[in-house]
Amino acid sequence: MTRDMSYEAVMGRKNEIMKQAIGIDYSVFESGALAFDYERMMHEAGYTLEEIRDIQGATGVGNTPLLELRNITELARKYAPKGKGARIFVKDEASNPSGSFKARRAATAVYHAKKNGYKGVIAATSGNYGAAVASQAAMQGLKCIIVQECYDSRMVGQPEILEKQRACEAYGAEVIQLTVGPELFYTFLSLLEETGYFNASLYTPFGIAGVETLGFELAEQFRSRLGKAPDAVVVTHAGGGNVTGTARGLIKAGAEDSLVVGASVDLSGLHMASDNDFNRKSFTTGHTGFGIPFATWPDRADVPRNAARPLRYLDRYLLVKQGEVFYITEAMAILEGLERGPAGNTSLTAAFVLAQEMDRDQTIVVQETEYTGAGKHPMPQISFAKKNGVEVLFGDPDTEVPGKNIVFPDSPKAIKIRDFDLDKARRSYIRNSMEKCPYEGDINAEDMAFLAAETKSDKAFVQTVIKELKASK
Amino acid sequence: MEKVKKGDWVQVRQTVLTPEGRAPQAPEDTKATPLLLWVKGFAKSDGAMGDKMSVETITGREVTGELTAVNPRYVHDFGDFVPEFLAIDVQLRSLMEEV
Repeated sequence: MTRDMSYEAVMGRKNEIMKQAIGIDYSVFESGALAFDYERMMHEAGYTLEEIRDIQGATGVGNTPLLELRNITELARKYAPKGKGARIFVKDEASNPSGSFKARRAATAVYHAKKNGYKGVIAATSGNYGAAVASQAAMQGLKCIIVQECYDSRMVGQPEILEKQRACEAYGAEVIQLTVGPELFYTFLSLLEETGYFNASLYTPFGIAGVETLGFELAEQFRSRLGKAPDAVVVTHAGGGNVTGTARGLIKAGAEDSLVVGASVDLSGLHMASDNDFNRKSFTTGHTGFGIPFATWPDRADVPRNAARPLRYLDRYLLVKQGEVFYITEAMAILEGLERGPAGNTSLTAAFVLAQEMDRDQTIVVQETEYTGAGKHPMPQISFAKKNGVEVLFGDPDTEVPGKNIVFPDSPKAIKIRDFDLDKARRSYIRNSMEKCPYEGDINAEDMAFLAAETKSDKAFVQTVIKELKASK
Repeated sequence: MEKVKKGDWVQVRQTVLTPEGRAPQAPEDTKATPLLLWVKGFAKSDGAMGDKMSVETITGREVTGELTAVNPRYVHDFGDFVPEFLAIDVQLRSLMEEV
């Protein structure tokens, strides 16, 4: 009998395919109508921090340098009020084997796959994670397939994604390239079913636990150099794993007082699954097109329960513009002698402005950088944008309209941060939860506590939002 | 017309879903196009561009599609020179001299 491979049929087999491909029975962590035991899932399905340090250490992942960005700090101080201008440091994650912090996630995922007897790994990613999984699969001797959303319907590919294809193939992976669309997940499921390989999802407990070492390490390095934990850690936010893992690592290091600040590139107005919009963006990750949907509904991911739950940890969420990030990427090269990829500099851009709000004796850590090169360098990104009809100009970054123009700031003084109202994100999260599981009567205590933890709020906040939702019906 | 021999490293294209078969949640502009897939592998037979043929991928899977390229090159590069970046660099250097 041949299996029905239609879109509907494959999606209908999603749960059984996933169970086979991850080897976690997520149902055991479910507890309420909405609630599940997140910490138990992280504990039982994941690894301890010590185990992960060993796993990562065995493949040369982690222990990346912590660098002080003295010149960028000086430049920020030029525009800061008297007494302001915090010291900016960066965790140079580009020094990981595959050139980004994603090596941390991939190391644990591939280790887990191998330990459990899978012959290969599959990941659905157009970004650094693909290269990371391919690199780890090469090191640990597993086969690897990477599924990319790569082209528009004219077979025009975003240069950054084309570079990622090259990198994955360089590490010996098979790369499946698709045109844009939400059905990537369908192809991904079909491949998992066909091969029996492990789903090296970005969002499993071991993947997220892999990022915990980053937060832990930076707190340790910081303490040994400055005698205390940093005042703020700025994290580029997309799917939520970077924020979640880093924050959990900070907590494990006893640095729970460090402010966790998310930063994304503002791509509002561009539809992520649109054939027309696909090549009109100059950032393929670290942007609001992932950042907001994944914060307000993490369980949209390719696993039943996403281990990345950023609203649990975010203290502040800042948006920056594409033109501003490119400007700061130039500053990183020209002033600090560090040529790094633009997407990884999203958090640095936010830190540049945040530093101007903070006192001079305070400290900020930008917790990642990424490699750069052909395709994923400011130059190919901007020339690609120009070829796609995007206007490139100098001016006020607030006049930037994603897909229409890229506005480089006239001066570093014009770089801004825009606070995304986290309460708004929390409300959306609660609304999404209530829509998924409509309550007839009052919400029970367990689900109430869960929603409060999920949104880093309290019972009163959750109750108010639920009341507002009922009133608006 | 470029010919390929069995065993050559090639790229094939497959139509995964026709416009009619696309997911209901896909945006309208995307839904108007088929979902296409490209993959590389060793040709399992001789053929010419546009021929339907099977390939064996690097992980050993067999995939059938329309032949689109042989020894496909990587087309991405550093793009055209962007003079705006030079202007930024000059500005940054002069600002630092003032600091």
